[in-house]
Amino acid sequence: MRKQENFWRSVDWLTVFLYLGLVVYGWLSIYSASGSSESVSIFTLSERYGKQLLWIGLALLLAFIILVIDAKFFSSFAYVFYFLILFSLIGVLLFGKTVAGSRSWFQIGSFALQPAEFAKFATALALAKYLGKLQTDMRLFKTKAVAITILSFPALLILMQNDTGSALVYFSFILVLYREGLSGWIIVIGLLLAALFIITIKFGEFYVAIGLVVLAVLLFALFRSLRHQWKIWLSSLLVSLVFVSMVDYAFQRVLESHQRIRIEVMLGMKEDPHGAGYNVNQAKIAIGSGGLIGKGYRKGMLTRNHFVPEQSTDFIFCTVGEERGFLGSMVLILLFLALLIRIIQLSERQRSAFSRIYGYGVASILFFHFAINLAMTIGLFPVVGIPLPFFSYGGSSLWSFTILLFIFIKQDANRLNVL
Amino acid sequence: MYRKDYSARKYVIIAGFALVAVVLLVRLFYLQVYTNQYKLSARDIALRRVIEFPARGRIYDRHHNLLVYNDAVYDLMVIPRQVKRMDTLKFCRLLQIDKAFFIKMLAKAKHYSYYKPSVFLKQLSKKDKGPIEEVMYEFPGFYFQTRTLRRYPYPIAAQVLGSVGEVNQRDLKRDSYYRSGDYIGKSGIEWFYEKELRGIKGSRLVEVDVHNNVRGSFQNGKFDTLAVPGADLTLSIDEKLQAYGQLLMQNKKGSIVAIAPESGEILAFVSTPTYDPNLLVGRQRSENYSKLLLDSLKPLMNRASSGTYPPGSTFKLVETLIGLQEHVVTANTWFTCQGPDSKPIACSHYHVSPLQMRLAITLSCNSYFWKTFRAIINNPKYANTHDAFDAWHKKVISFGLGHRFNTDIPFEKPGFIPSRAYYDKVYHGSWNALTIRSLSIGQGEVLVTPVQLANLAAIIANSGYYVKPHFLIGMSGDDTLSEKYHKKQIVPFNQSYYKVAREAMSEVFTSEEGTARFYRMDSISQAGKTGTSQNPHGKDHSVFMAFAPVAHPKIAIAVIVENAGYGATWAAPIASLMIEKYLRGKTKRPQLEKRIIDGDLIHNQKPEKP
Repeated sequence: MRKQENFWRSVDWLTVFLYLGLVVYGWLSIYSASGSSESVSIFTLSERYGKQLLWIGLALLLAFIILVIDAKFFSSFAYVFYFLILFSLIGVLLFGKTVAGSRSWFQIGSFALQPAEFAKFATALALAKYLGKLQTDMRLFKTKAVAITILSFPALLILMQNDTGSALVYFSFILVLYREGLSGWIIVIGLLLAALFIITIKFGEFYVAIGLVVLAVLLFALFRSLRHQWKIWLSSLLVSLVFVSMVDYAFQRVLESHQRIRIEVMLGMKEDPHGAGYNVNQAKIAIGSGGLIGKGYRKGMLTRNHFVPEQSTDFIFCTVGEERGFLGSMVLILLFLALLIRIIQLSERQRSAFSRIYGYGVASILFFHFAINLAMTIGLFPVVGIPLPFFSYGGSSLWSFTILLFIFIKQDANRLNVL
Repeated sequence: MYRKDYSARKYVIIAGFALVAVVLLVRLFYLQVYTNQYKLSARDIALRRVIEFPARGRIYDRHHNLLVYNDAVYDLMVIPRQVKRMDTLKFCRLLQIDKAFFIKMLAKAKHYSYYKPSVFLKQLSKKDKGPIEEVMYEFPGFYFQTRTLRRYPYPIAAQVLGSVGEVNQRDLKRDSYYRSGDYIGKSGIEWFYEKELRGIKGSRLVEVDVHNNVRGSFQNGKFDTLAVPGADLTLSIDEKLQAYGQLLMQNKKGSIVAIAPESGEILAFVSTPTYDPNLLVGRQRSENYSKLLLDSLKPLMNRASSGTYPPGSTFKLVETLIGLQEHVVTANTWFTCQGPDSKPIACSHYHVSPLQMRLAITLSCNSYFWKTFRAIINNPKYANTHDAFDAWHKKVISFGLGHRFNTDIPFEKPGFIPSRAYYDKVYHGSWNALTIRSLSIGQGEVLVTPVQLANLAAIIANSGYYVKPHFLIGMSGDDTLSEKYHKKQIVPFNQSYYKVAREAMSEVFTSEEGTARFYRMDSISQAGKTGTSQNPHGKDHSVFMAFAPVAHPKIAIAVIVENAGYGATWAAPIASLMIEKYLRGKTKRPQLEKRIIDGDLIHNQKPEKP
């Protein structure tokens, strides 16, 4: 009995409250976005807000179950979960149902499950399990290779489902690898290459190549110290030039046309308010019209009148932006930031490497979803279909994020029992 | 291998999270607070101004019979910018239009404005719009707007009531009240009382959803205004008399104007050939309008106010009154007449000679009035004949001739009473009574309209005054408006002179030599004067003016039947039947009535063109 009391006291309630705050804020937004003007009971299953209420209830039940079962369960069965998920990802490719171009759903009766959602926590567990072993070290090639292999399998299978957004999520684990010792240069170089990619698409290979050469000459002329490492600088310049020369090919051949158009729209190279740009354009209008304090709850002219497509799933933030304005948006962003920072803090106080690494995995996944979802909604990132954690309508997504988070809360609550 | 401690990297990661949050917040600040662009776009796409059209005022006759009312139809409107890719074929099929028409109308709407609504398809009936109404959500950018069409239960008085049509570019430029596709009074009473009849448009700002369905008022109707219905008008027209007049005038060119002499209220305002006002309504309007416009008989013309004719012998009463007032003749003055041999103006027939004034009127003797006119112009009271002519001119004008009444009579022509300046110009200053002798018998340059002639009858009936002829006698919500039509215009001649004129006109019916003696009635005393108006367009016009009952006149009337010959043959019986109809409610002269109704003076004549 005493042990039980101690356990509930050791749960980090701040994290739980941040979680509940986001879930409630999210449900209110779904209610506003999908509620008709007639007052129907909020418990109806004919409307999305009614269903979401059911999902939330089941999510809380899941959270409770996770908190009461043994903490070692997850670390012990990490690989089992991982392989189960890999099988279900293969299964969905064979037997799944295609929704909006992605073959990523299992249809069970009237409900549909998306295994890709659950792949996130399973992958995080497997990665934590592997990197948590004492003999691993990020400086070793083998460690890096295994870690990347663990991440690649689910990412590639999801990519094969044509769900680019969910596959991109696995890039976020680079933060976990960084925390565990991966060189920061890899992230810096990765970001620089991404920037170079974008700049090249926008301005064309020729001008970017000239720009790079001019920049290199200037740097070389201005900073004498660089001259000692001229071999490194020259080779980076050459690598950059080769990269730039391949951008166009990659952009035209590797990406699919709808992805190309989304990128071009985001870069302002294409005006397409009725085609690819429609979602983002409507979303920007909805959010922009919210002003400082918003139009008031359930008074969003655009979101309530269905001007924003996908407004209760991927574009749920529009409701917040329109009805709650800049201040309401800021509250949402600060809630997420607080949750992320809290998870990092909790991760750092873990005794076991497994718990810490898993915690960073949780933070990375949540951060990626939060940042990319908001960025695409307000036109800073091409449209990729990923949900806003705890906010977006949908059982699979809510449950997977709840499982993801509460496994960590459970690990944290149990941290003092770890030797 | 020892594990290196990388825990300090958490600060880098937290800093990265915070940086991304700041970037998102800056972007949101720009979108939501800094720029206004998205707020304007939001209003643009999610709000629509719905115009509430007020019911146009109805029009009644003097006995509260409904002459004009409204019928609901539906205009299909389009806002080109909101039109999305859609099933054009289905759309065309449901509306029963072809694709070329669809493309044409959409292009036209785009040409007008991408953002403002245009009429795509006009005046669909409830039945027409039924099939497409249920699936309107499939066609964003299109919506229905309720409009009203004018309907006329009695097919009468088309040229008086006028018609309602779509505004043209000029109307839009002139008055900012109108929007493309609005309706406006184009002619007649509809045109004259447009401001009163149209009411005031209301508008509602409504929220629409992405399918263009109206979801409700914006901010509880804070920006809405109510439509104010147009005023109902009551006209002085007597529906039965008007219809009867049109019946009598069928197959004849000409006009009848009947006035209530005491009040100036116009009882009947017939102009033939005429048309059914229901022809100029709705989608068939423009087609029918073109047909009517090209008709060589000019049915659109309102001959009662814009047809000008030489008054002929009816004008002799004006000469009578002026001669008496100028003391150049008396009722007992004798003049001789040699009938058709008379110089310088021949008389129409041989009769007793010499004769006095009353008999001269009754017989319509030309010689008598030439001599009277000569006496007026050569009046020694004035320094010269031209000054005397000025005095004559002034008195003629006082009868309401030569000028418009400027009341609510549509398309009024002033007629023409030649002035001294006019003759000075024509004859280079060298003219005298003989030069302008035709004026003595209402010929020559003098031109009057039928309504002026009816008013002349009213002046004699009233012994010296008239109220300007007008139509409006009542307007809902405005009791003061008709007062401007109550003012008596005095025509200052001695009462005894009017008595002479009235008695003479009475004898036109009662005397055995009277030109209208065949149309005498035992029950109703009538007074009138025939005229036979020579004109350059063919056979003489048959002219008649009259009032009745003689002692207390209730109706003054003028009838002109174009190219019908003697006044006594057509115009006089028509006037007499009208008088009987108005005063008795029914007519008891079936044979006369039949002759008039059956008389076809248009189709039996030789065609004008070879």
